[in-house]
Amino acid sequence: MTPLAKLLEAALFASATPIPEAALSAIAAHADDADATLESALEELRLHYDTDGHGVELIAVAGGWQILTRPEYTEAIERAQLAARPQRLSTAALETLAIIAYRQPIGRSEIEEIRGVGAGAILKSLHERGLIDVVGRGEGLGRPLHYGTTPSFLEQFALRHLEELPRADELAIALRAPRQATPPGGVSAPANKGNGEAPPRAD
Amino acid sequence: MDDVNGDSAGPLVMGAMTAGSMSAGSLAVAESAASEVFVVELAEYSGPLDLLLTLIRDEQIDIYDIPIARIAEQFLARISSLKLDEAADYLEMAARLVRIKAQTLLPRREGEDLWDDPRAELVRRLLEYQQVREVVDVLERRSEDRRGRFARAYSQQSVQIPLAGKLSLSLPELLSAVDRVLRLARKPHIHDVVPRALDVDGAIGIVRALLAIRARAQWKDILPKKAEPWEVLSLLLALLELAKRGELRLLQPHAFAAFEITRDSSSEAA
Repeated sequence: MTPLAKLLEAALFASATPIPEAALSAIAAHADDADATLESALEELRLHYDTDGHGVELIAVAGGWQILTRPEYTEAIERAQLAARPQRLSTAALETLAIIAYRQPIGRSEIEEIRGVGAGAILKSLHERGLIDVVGRGEGLGRPLHYGTTPSFLEQFALRHLEELPRADELAIALRAPRQATPPGGVSAPANKGNGEAPPRAD
Repeated sequence: MDDVNGDSAGPLVMGAMTAGSMSAGSLAVAESAASEVFVVELAEYSGPLDLLLTLIRDEQIDIYDIPIARIAEQFLARISSLKLDEAADYLEMAARLVRIKAQTLLPRREGEDLWDDPRAELVRRLLEYQQVREVVDVLERRSEDRRGRFARAYSQQSVQIPLAGKLSLSLPELLSAVDRVLRLARKPHIHDVVPRALDVDGAIGIVRALLAIRARAQWKDILPKKAEPWEVLSLLLALLELAKRGELRLLQPHAFAAFEITRDSSSEAA
């Protein structure tokens, strides 16, 4: 390995959290290794872990890089009680998180409107987990708190950046698409029937 | 892998998410005294929209043409069988469905081609919610992937303070050190009180004399070289006093800059 790749390996090993790209560049600049750039050294390290058979691998996450154990050893590590997987989030919490990730900055009332359920306690627990944070205050009555996702959210959901989530128009049902544009499954599209809308069935 | 929190209604011991799940409509909350955590029987659904969407999917109904009476009936049946009818959010949705049902039953005038479907808002919300569920699937996959990997568990070592080495000191050195300390302690500085320390009137005279010759001056022009503190203070008070009387203007262009003293021409004219 080039000296820079070794240096980066040491730095990544020493850090418990992903090292941001900028911090790695600073390390690379000090290393003064003419043979390798930051990109080439990271790629070298990644290949080194992948091809030579290591228990860990180099992962790009949350705008930085991190050395993580390979999934096939998770069971054994957990059985030995060396580390524990974090608790899974409930569906309700994931729904709230999904809304915040797409609509941030977003206030509590908007989240509640979309989910149809009160969100106060869920917001509190997501905040305690460090997944969301208050990012400002909205206009309007009481200047409600606005929430947004944190870098820790990216890390815990193995995302490099928010853009890695599917775009709204890539989802199977486009949110604001006109009714005619998305006939459900093509079985029946009552919207196109006749000269107006289909009368509702009242059974 | 079976999604413990979402799709099964079995009891689950949870800490942080307890309160959140409660508001999502789960009931039968019992506090176990032993472990100080809530035991929550999680509801099958994460909210009324979830329940509604499940009904629509189970019945293979076209989401754009919901048979509202049938769905309302099933919704009510489902929440009473699940004992969810205490949860306000579900009741609110049930009321909404009943209202939409009533609206669809109202007779419409002939030739009223622009008809406002009372179900439109519900459909919009259902579609929006379905999108959220899709993102939840993505997030679930992602977090499952991440949960299967461990980062290095870094724990900060407590810093050891290095102990100083043995002192090698002779008796005369120690005594002279003690002497130095005592000599410093022997002379406490007592403040000297000077009667009538400030001479503001005299300073006013100095400033007036200077402004009689020059229209503008600077602080350093009026301050004598090696000024005593009382002189500085007297001059400062004199300047403020004269500024108050309107005989001069003080201008400081920015913080900590030397200020300019200008004769106030307006008061002179008057």
